[in-house]
Amino acid sequence: MKMNNKTVYKARVLFREEIAKGVFVLRFTRDFPFKAGQMLWVRYPDDGPARLYSIASGEEEPFFEILFDVVENGALTPVLSKVLPGESVWISEPTGKFTNNGEPAVWIATGTGIAPFVSMARTGLFHHNMLIQGGRSRNSFYYHEVFEKLPFFRYVKCMSRETGEGYFQGRVTDFIKNSYQPLPERQHLLCGSAEMVVEVRDLLIGKGVPFNNIISEIYF
Amino acid sequence: MEALYGKTLEELKEVAARAGLPSFSAKQMATWLYQKHINDIDQMTDISKKGRDYLKQNYIFGLTPPVKVQVSADGTKKYLYTHGERRYIEAAYIPDDDRATLCVSSQVGCKMGCLFCMTGKQGFQANLTSNEILNQIRSLPERESLTNVVYMGMGEPMDNLDNVLKSLSILTAEWGYGWSPKRITVSTVGILPAMKDFIEKSQVHLALSLHSPFEDERKTLMPVENVYHLPEVISLIRSYDWSRQRRISFEYIMFKGINDTPRHVNGLTRLLNGLPCRINLIRFHSIPGTPLESSDEETIKEFKDKLNAKGILTTLRASRGQDIYAACGLLSTKELVKKQKPEG
Repeated sequence: MKMNNKTVYKARVLFREEIAKGVFVLRFTRDFPFKAGQMLWVRYPDDGPARLYSIASGEEEPFFEILFDVVENGALTPVLSKVLPGESVWISEPTGKFTNNGEPAVWIATGTGIAPFVSMARTGLFHHNMLIQGGRSRNSFYYHEVFEKLPFFRYVKCMSRETGEGYFQGRVTDFIKNSYQPLPERQHLLCGSAEMVVEVRDLLIGKGVPFNNIISEIYF
Repeated sequence: MEALYGKTLEELKEVAARAGLPSFSAKQMATWLYQKHINDIDQMTDISKKGRDYLKQNYIFGLTPPVKVQVSADGTKKYLYTHGERRYIEAAYIPDDDRATLCVSSQVGCKMGCLFCMTGKQGFQANLTSNEILNQIRSLPERESLTNVVYMGMGEPMDNLDNVLKSLSILTAEWGYGWSPKRITVSTVGILPAMKDFIEKSQVHLALSLHSPFEDERKTLMPVENVYHLPEVISLIRSYDWSRQRRISFEYIMFKGINDTPRHVNGLTRLLNGLPCRINLIRFHSIPGTPLESSDEETIKEFKDKLNAKGILTTLRASRGQDIYAACGLLSTKELVKKQKPEG
């Protein structure tokens, strides 16, 4: 069976947790190999709509994990947030090319755009990398515990609506504008809203990063 | 209140049922709305007085005139329409000898984030309804002279497919404007599932924003390539018949030293080999902060000639309305939105 040209299978939900208000982690049984940074289609219920989600689990982990926030009046996320372990959802084979080329990279994410970088970190693709993560408040830094324990890794948390020790005060764009000097030859991977991605991309280009070293994933 | 203008015949049947009107009144309403060009419910004189009163109490007519027009030295006009209280969209009217084309928007802003596009820089604010899409045509002062409509303004039409399809249905149905689908082109960056739906559910022309035949290069210009890969997009296009009335074209902005080399000519030839299609080359209109430049005229001409020599029909689109930021890739209402934001 195919979903948007991709082979699909019925996956069993293994785990569901609301990690922040309206933000959920779901784990499913896994039938396909994938590359960290890829996505998959999720359909629920059987005749429901399908949407793409980045995989947050590592390449060697025996399950698929996704992160999503509930979109008010959305067609899928309100029902997906209520699915229980043991129930089934349709999952496609992984797709997408937002992958790390193996060289040290800079990751920049806001919101649920952190998911592909969680997958890369859990796969071990983090050495000498840097993550710049943006969030409004402390509980917006999804998976911070994964990144905080990584060796040979620089982690910057930019918090815009609260203050706190260990956080840069301001948005991701403020940090890049005022406190970041990029290595132009380094690949920069951006994931999040269109607004953040285009703004950060312009700032990086302005700081000398060639546009072909900036790879963007936009959630739409 | 909901607008009557922009509703399909099916939706008008529901309105008629709610109003207690006979089902044939839906067709009558459609005729008033889309063929007799009235602008007030009271002008629907073959609908009963009671029915009209119900309509007036429950619906607005739904026309919004443009709030501003800018006129280019070349005759192109850029119209500004409001969307809600603080948002705006633009439409570009492009007269050219015996043709007059309107480039309409389908979204406020855009999520696609293409490196070369001004609209992408304002992010995404909203989808337009079929009413708001069609209003750009209906409220255009030059409406009567229009020969073509292209969905190439602000936004990605395939990211708002339901409303785009509704508007196309109203434009082309015999109960609607009755336009030939050949007069309409919808552009896309290549959102696969929606493209498939679009090809199957409409008859209008399709234009794909291509800009590179190579996936790795295209993804640095267009983030969508990370999700929907060019070979799959082309494969989907190849699975339909484009040899008759319906046309597929490929938009190709010429970037100096980036996508204008003989290697790209060969790549395009391989990619599109045997597909009945046209490539529209477009000069790049520079936007603030961009690292990209337009190819020079000589390179563009050579590129075009080589593609034509290889059997791929290739044309160069005239740049229109550049002085008023109405040209391809320049539509944006970001500054207006910023100005409207309250202080603090």
